[in-house]
Amino acid sequence: MSDVATSAHPAPPAGNGGEPLMEVRDLVKHFPIRQGLLQRQVGAVRAVDGVSFDVMRGETLGLVGESGCGKSTTARLILRLMEPTSGSVKFDGEEISTVKGQRLKELRRDMQMIFQDPYSSLNPRKTVGTIISEPFVIHGLAKGEGERKRTVQELMDRVGLNPEHYNRYPHEFSGGQRQRIGVARALALKPKVIVADEPVSALDVSIQAQILNLLRELQREMGITLIFIAHDLSVVRHMCDRIAVMYLGKVVELATNAQLYAHPRMPYTGALMSAVPVPQPRLAAAKKRQVLAGDVPSPANPPPACRFHTRCWKAQEICRQDDPAFEPKEGGNVAACHFPLTDAEVLERVPTARNA
Amino acid sequence: MTETETAAAQAVPRDGRPFLEVKDLQVHFPTDDGLVKAVNGLSFSLERGKTLGIVGESGSGKSVSSLAIMGLHKGSRAQVHGEIWLDGSELVQMSVPEIRRLRGQQVAMIFQDPLSAMHPFYRIGDQLTEAFLVHNDAPKAVAKKRAIELLDRVGIPSPDKRFYDYPHQFSGGMRQRAMIAMALMCDPSLLIADEPTTALDVTVQAQILELIERLQSEFDTAVVVITHDLGVVAEMSDEIAVMYAGRIVEQGTADTIFNAPEHPYTWGLLSSIPRMDAPRGDELVPIPGRPPSLINLPGGCSFHPRCPYVRDAHRRVEPVLDPVDGDPSHKVACLLDAGTRKKLWDELQAGIRPSDARKDVMAEEGAA
Repeated sequence: MSDVATSAHPAPPAGNGGEPLMEVRDLVKHFPIRQGLLQRQVGAVRAVDGVSFDVMRGETLGLVGESGCGKSTTARLILRLMEPTSGSVKFDGEEISTVKGQRLKELRRDMQMIFQDPYSSLNPRKTVGTIISEPFVIHGLAKGEGERKRTVQELMDRVGLNPEHYNRYPHEFSGGQRQRIGVARALALKPKVIVADEPVSALDVSIQAQILNLLRELQREMGITLIFIAHDLSVVRHMCDRIAVMYLGKVVELATNAQLYAHPRMPYTGALMSAVPVPQPRLAAAKKRQVLAGDVPSPANPPPACRFHTRCWKAQEICRQDDPAFEPKEGGNVAACHFPLTDAEVLERVPTARNA
Repeated sequence: MTETETAAAQAVPRDGRPFLEVKDLQVHFPTDDGLVKAVNGLSFSLERGKTLGIVGESGSGKSVSSLAIMGLHKGSRAQVHGEIWLDGSELVQMSVPEIRRLRGQQVAMIFQDPLSAMHPFYRIGDQLTEAFLVHNDAPKAVAKKRAIELLDRVGIPSPDKRFYDYPHQFSGGMRQRAMIAMALMCDPSLLIADEPTTALDVTVQAQILELIERLQSEFDTAVVVITHDLGVVAEMSDEIAVMYAGRIVEQGTADTIFNAPEHPYTWGLLSSIPRMDAPRGDELVPIPGRPPSLINLPGGCSFHPRCPYVRDAHRRVEPVLDPVDGDPSHKVACLLDAGTRKKLWDELQAGIRPSDARKDVMAEEGAA
């Protein structure tokens, strides 16, 4: 997997020596389905089913896929907001999938999260000052009212909020400003890694650009590692150095930004990209839209072998029999597929392939 | 059945009016804080078989105007003024029973969130047949047959069984498709789709867009798509109206809006989205600030507080939606003169930032 680690994209932000900050191996999370009077377990939703990847220091790693593919669960597992069913997560060389108690609390200082909904992720009864200073209180830092207030106001200024609004409540802010509050809170403890779970999907386009620019700027300055979860492939292309595409609890393709958008190899990735509406009527008319039939199968009962075979137009008998290996394909993408896309097929469907 | 109905609908005399014509529509809501001017003088027209895309940020009045066309503000405190002509009849002055006859029959709507737009207690099939039986004096069996046929048409597998399901038994994409089937029960001649794909994954979005396009060409429906997603309007629309603070600020064919836009707000929208069809850029150019309060609209051009090219006069004079020189189908409401707009757009295209482009133009004007 290390051969995709070196990013082909121009100068990823500071601190990137190509060494992994996090190593995720065979991560599994099954949610039991219980039924009947005795609540016996009758099955399991296999939300994350054997996921392995590295997160490099200082990079932005994108996690994309349809709803229900396990991207949010994966993020929560690697931040240890959930305990995995099995598998290993190493953070800075330390195994964290089993840590508990005091050590876990210490770890949380290094790992923060930005949530999707700027409305429900802020306590409406607390002032912005209290919300942003909460991490300091929890971890016993920046003691003393004055010092704490100064630190919080610096943070507010940093993310583009007026520090004088320290005593205002969340409802007095617009959606974009609330998301800035969420960013300030995540930055408070100078974490090593931040997971942003759909941070802009609830925002208007003009505001979305403000938040995306802010995240990139902060990352460049502070050398934070960012795990960026989104379903909008054009936003992911703008933000990420490397991208992992998930389908039904598995990573099906992993590649650098340039590789993935120039030549996706997994037919699922190709279908995702061709489905993105292009804001250019001339291109939209020329493009062949690849429409996937049907819905994502239930993760409680995923199809055998290659999980995508039920919706794949290239599927053959072997796809129903053998689980394809996750291995490097032409061009350097790592993908799990028996019949990866050819360049001609890509060119027909994917708008980004033309200007690669 | 469809063909004869279509022919009949077209035979109605409309005195040369377009199929749908909205003239100077205003929707105001009195509140304790003041009068909310949600829609403030909206005019457009649309023919059958064509698609109009309305884009704008939240609070620009897109949805409120579509609800007005459906007559859904009747009986509320909203003050609706202006004219809406649909196929020869005027809707704003129409009585509630009259408009109810039209609604569902001639005009149908697809809402953003199918989970809250469908009743959770009733079976999908019952909700579909109700839409039909309200307008047609037909036996239930006929309605059922039509519902199953439409569920099949929108791609619901084994529709005769799914007819008896409840909305929660459908996935998000299936619910959206069922809602489209419900909207089509009476062969509407005007379909309003308010953010039809916003709650959906891209793969499902592609399915739904394809479905709406196919059904439109089949039934010769006029479609109004309301969305904030510039990609969706680019793929669906023949014509596009860009709304800001309750007004149309720019209007033209899809190709014009994306390739030769003239309003600074449209420029702002286009440069603030990351694009799949261009090389990966370094920085997005957001529109500064946020949409204005609809109670205290800024004086003059309502976009002036966020416009990088604002002049002093723009704070006092209100711009009019005027046709652009040489292209009667392209209208823009901007106080900058045409030459300056063209120069600014060329500079933005060349990758010059709005603040620098502004300096160039200002310097030139100072010299002249």
